[in-house]
Amino acid sequence: MAEERKLRILVAKPGLDGHDRGAKVVARSLRDAGMEVIYTGLHQTPEMIVNTAVQEDVDAVGLSIMSGAHNVLMPAVVKGLEDKGAQDIAVFGGGIIPDDDIADLKNKGVKALFTPGTSTEDIIAWVRANVKPK
Amino acid sequence: MKLEIDKLLARDVRSGARLLRWIDDGVAEARAVLKVIWQHTGRARVIGITGNPGAGKSTLTDQLIGRFRERGLSVAVVAVDPSSPFSGGAILGDRIRMQEHANDEGVFIRSFATRGHLGGLTHTTTDVVHALDAMGWEVILVETVGVGQDEVEVQRLAQTTLVVLTPGMGDEVQAIKAGILEIADVFVVNKADREGADRTVRELEQMLEMGKGGRPSLGELMHHGGLKASDLEQADRASPDEWVPEIVKTVASRNEGIDELVAAIDAHAEVYAKACQAPEFIRARLRQEFLEIYRRALFARGWSYLMHEDHLQQIVDRMLDRSSDPYTLAEQAVRALGSR
Ligand SMILES: Nc1nc2c(ncn2[C@@H]2O[C@H](COP(=O)(O)OP(=O)(O)OP(=O)(O)O)[C@@H](O)[C@H]2O)c(=O)[nH]1
Ligand SMILES: [Mg+2]
Repeated sequence: MAEERKLRILVAKPGLDGHDRGAKVVARSLRDAGMEVIYTGLHQTPEMIVNTAVQEDVDAVGLSIMSGAHNVLMPAVVKGLEDKGAQDIAVFGGGIIPDDDIADLKNKGVKALFTPGTSTEDIIAWVRANVKPK
Repeated sequence: MKLEIDKLLARDVRSGARLLRWIDDGVAEARAVLKVIWQHTGRARVIGITGNPGAGKSTLTDQLIGRFRERGLSVAVVAVDPSSPFSGGAILGDRIRMQEHANDEGVFIRSFATRGHLGGLTHTTTDVVHALDAMGWEVILVETVGVGQDEVEVQRLAQTTLVVLTPGMGDEVQAIKAGILEIADVFVVNKADREGADRTVRELEQMLEMGKGGRPSLGELMHHGGLKASDLEQADRASPDEWVPEIVKTVASRNEGIDELVAAIDAHAEVYAKACQAPEFIRARLRQEFLEIYRRALFARGWSYLMHEDHLQQIVDRMLDRSSDPYTLAEQAVRALGSR
């Protein structure tokens, strides 16, 4: 059978905030761009996200965080993946994130950050340019 | 990443996850690994879960994971959701209902998109189950897509097939096409908290009494000696002779009826295990396994011929100028395969 490489992306919602509209919009637009999106619902801990990413062998994890806890949660996922030898899984994120934090998070290994107002086209373009199937 | 067989067989999650990825994507290395690990298959209990969209398959799967874990068994889940026919993308959401098990090392959950395959699974689910089986996962739960009524492929793969129905859709049992009823080893009437569950159960009972539902027994199919070619498709639906499908009411979202469901699954497994002592029964299963892989191999071979140089284009050219016909051209293409 011919090879059919597809991008697989985990869209995850860590932390306590109670709505996932943004995450779902991103998930849907990635699907519409031809990608396979694993969606796991609200209230995921970094550990759950890491385990899910490894089991699903995704190419990237997109984290949506609106609660302000990004400085803790995002690096925890990056670190967790490293600990499992899965640093080849790219982590990107979205949410209300001040500029200072963005620089800091990028230093800690988050590959890209999208703030409110970013179009889904921009996110798709970034994923296409920076994430390759395993 | 290079896959080490030892690690795979020792249930290393990362290696296993990567092998499944390669299988799913049709990467050539996967086949080499499958050849080596096939000898280690045949140990897992494979349970299929099919039924209409939203019937509660994932919620039931979540409950079953819990029950098998309580017994100390390791559990892998294969959850299939449909690909969008428009974009080719997919949102795979089955595991939302199973995330309480995300941090349990004895549980491995993997989501797949159908990628255009009909029948409720993907075109590589057999290989995926082989891989998980060889890795040593003791129970493998396969949740099919819930798109309609033709999701009957799973019973070829599973030892025990659950068909999940819900009450309150009118004469639903009558309305359901025979296909899906014939593959059930256990009927699950889920959402029994809703009105009409007892009626659905009654309708199923009546149907079974009339001998319409449930898998035909292998004995029935084979009583005149060996299988005919036309029986092959039937034989893969076979359930052990003595088995009469059970009907269980559940409220999966409230963890009700799950003990009864597990008891029915166990009862079927016992009968199945006994049937497996009969060589014909095993042979029928193995034959099915081979035929599916053979079918894919033939197709792949034929396809690569068409894609080679500009064979396909030449064929279309000859149709376009009407110098030949597609029937002759297809025969010629198949003959050309043999001489290469
Ligand atoms: N009332 C009631 N709701 C239930 C029951 N079991 C599951 N549900 C709900 O039914 C909805 C669908 O459940 P799922 O488990 O996702 O169903 P599914 O068959 O896996 O769905 P698909 O994979 O999309 O086909 C969810 O909102 C569940 O909470 C039940 O026994 N009673
Ligand atoms: Mg489901």
